[in-house]
Amino acid sequence: MAMKSSVPFTGTKEQETELAAVITEHKGQQGALIPVMQKAQEIYGYLPIEVQEQIALGLGVPLEKVYGVATFYAQFALNPKGQYKISVCLGTACYVKGSGDIFNKLRELLGIDSGECTPDGRFSLEACRCIGACGLAPVLTVNDDVYGRLTVDDVEGIVAKYNN
Amino acid sequence: MYRSHVLVCGGTGCTSSGSAKIIETLESEIAKAGLAEEVKVIRTGCFGLCALGPIMIVYPEGCFYSMVQPDDIPEIVSEHLLKGRIVTRLLYQETVQEDNVKSLNETQFYKKQVRVALRNCGVINPENIDEYIAVDGYAALGKVLTEMTPDDVIQVIKDSGLRGRGGAGFPTGTKWSFAKASKSDQKYVCCNADEGDPGAFMDRSVLEGDPHAVLEAMAIAGYAIGANQGYIYVRAEYPIAVKRLEIAIGQAREYGLLGKNIFDSGFDFDIEIRLGAGAFVCGEETALMTSIEGNRGEPRPRPPFPAVKGLFQEPTILNNVETYANVAQIILKGADWFASMGTEKSKGTKVFALGGKIHNTGLVEIPMGTTLREVIEEIGGGIPNGKKFKAAQTGGPSGGCIPASHYDVPIDYDNLIAIGSMMGSGGLIVMDEDNCMVDIAKFFLEFTVDESCGKCTPCRIGTKRLYELLDKITRGNGTMEDLDRMEELCYYIKENALCGLGQTAPNPVLSTLRYFRDEYEAHIKEKRCPAGVCKHLLSFTIDPEKCRGCTLCSRVCPAGAITGQVKNPHVIDPAKCLKCGACMEKCKFGAIIKK
Repeated sequence: MAMKSSVPFTGTKEQETELAAVITEHKGQQGALIPVMQKAQEIYGYLPIEVQEQIALGLGVPLEKVYGVATFYAQFALNPKGQYKISVCLGTACYVKGSGDIFNKLRELLGIDSGECTPDGRFSLEACRCIGACGLAPVLTVNDDVYGRLTVDDVEGIVAKYNN
Repeated sequence: MYRSHVLVCGGTGCTSSGSAKIIETLESEIAKAGLAEEVKVIRTGCFGLCALGPIMIVYPEGCFYSMVQPDDIPEIVSEHLLKGRIVTRLLYQETVQEDNVKSLNETQFYKKQVRVALRNCGVINPENIDEYIAVDGYAALGKVLTEMTPDDVIQVIKDSGLRGRGGAGFPTGTKWSFAKASKSDQKYVCCNADEGDPGAFMDRSVLEGDPHAVLEAMAIAGYAIGANQGYIYVRAEYPIAVKRLEIAIGQAREYGLLGKNIFDSGFDFDIEIRLGAGAFVCGEETALMTSIEGNRGEPRPRPPFPAVKGLFQEPTILNNVETYANVAQIILKGADWFASMGTEKSKGTKVFALGGKIHNTGLVEIPMGTTLREVIEEIGGGIPNGKKFKAAQTGGPSGGCIPASHYDVPIDYDNLIAIGSMMGSGGLIVMDEDNCMVDIAKFFLEFTVDESCGKCTPCRIGTKRLYELLDKITRGNGTMEDLDRMEELCYYIKENALCGLGQTAPNPVLSTLRYFRDEYEAHIKEKRCPAGVCKHLLSFTIDPEKCRGCTLCSRVCPAGAITGQVKNPHVIDPAKCLKCGACMEKCKFGAIIKK
């Protein structure tokens, strides 16, 4: 994984101040690193190296540790996500009901693979592990919207909804 | 006083199928009809029958409306709530009787269930502590702090026979007694709500439907072992559960049920929430603690066990959400009551998340010892589309597939281990004849490869090699020697991996090899996937007798592999065919054969 994101960092002064406040609030707390990184990702949408540096300096932990944690957990993103994050559940219940086909259809439709973002920054695609809506399998989410009981034929219509 | 209560499910399943919009519409329609003083709308936790969501129950009649849409709400309000006429067309069909509605508890889905851990889910408003207190909430904590010694508490839990509901089934009381015996000024009580098994959502439903039950039990555990601080490690993927936990902790602090000097007993206890960050291995106890400490969530070798040296190097107990959900009930109703349910070595009930190829997907709680047949055929309503049962998968990536020949084995910890699976946290995925067992084993190994933390070699490299062998077989390149090699590798990984994730990772392979060896052999010897799943082994042909030459298939084929004249039988060129199945989906005459 490249240390530097391909997208230039565009953080603002406000975001920096907001993160500084979060760091001050958690400093000295046992096990503060992950909660701070989660808040930082809420503020910036992802964790570019510049943000990791600010966290490392602020909390007084080595940058390598911040980077180590950032790359360990699936939740932390080193690259920005699309405006619309599409997650297809590939948990067991969804998988046995055909979510693999739905995922492949999206790859084909968007021309991107899991973890990638369309060049216009509109969509990013990822496979996720069970959002717990197994009763509605197969399921996908677009940001906070949940679509369940899907068939491959539904996929195009869902993407079109966000393409205007 | 309200004359009618409308309970709407606000669990993740129903929220996903639109229950928030239902509640909103319901409230505005009720206000419009001038009934706001008479009818109360309550957002509850999960009812269990997720397949029929969004779900609502209207009391006092007990009418169970299912798959309700916002357009149906004006009718429910004007007919049922205003005029007292039940809207029969929206009732769950099974509850419809000639002149009355049948209670939900008499339906197939609920009849055999015994709700202990889920007793308040779908019954109370989880965001209101008063409703929890009204159903004896925090009475157990009061009893423990005012009438019992820590040793009494541990003895009751031991006598009840409660075992860990997270999967391995370690006796809870014994775990607590180890932590109590460890000498330290600082101890911790942790709750494992990092429910990572794909297809499992029991813990989420408890947290969403009855968060105070977990808080109360953690405080009881804290008193029993001598800890003042608790942590709940919950998946960030469960936003509703996190929000309700935050509300519950705030309310409990306000009421003095968490914090300093609870019930004037001199006992202090508080709880913090820590969000998981998307790593399956963090469900393993030592990895979970490493993660709370702010590190990469890698497991640590045991011993020392957490009861001796756990979180921040202090004695710690870690129990699963469902385990905690039983504790207050055991304290109030007694160890004998709990031990009267279940089998000889597995007491009480177990919650399962039913999913996959089954009618009633959702959440069920059954006494230990119920058979798979009862769960699938009776409670679950059987398998849809007239298909045949092939296997039930329990225990997620750590478990195995149970074949039809074990349909009548009573479900408990020891029986499931004996037949090569495990209880796991409670995911129960049903598979029918259209699921390929080699593909399922590959699916789980892909999961484990992805989630292996990489710390120990047997897991990091071993699972990858296992996956590659499975992939080779699904491509039709496997040999019979590969099966032996896989088996050998499985046992090697089981014996040598550092933590539970690695040690159990080969189970899906071993159990499918044990019960579905013929399917592996068909892939290898006949280059054939009996279930018709493994793409590389499929071939599509057109039956010339059935083909009418409508040309539809040749037009949808993305590879241009189908040729033929109008009104004449078409042919598929196997060299060009991508095996996508598009032609088969579109053919109106059933002329395309997949083999």
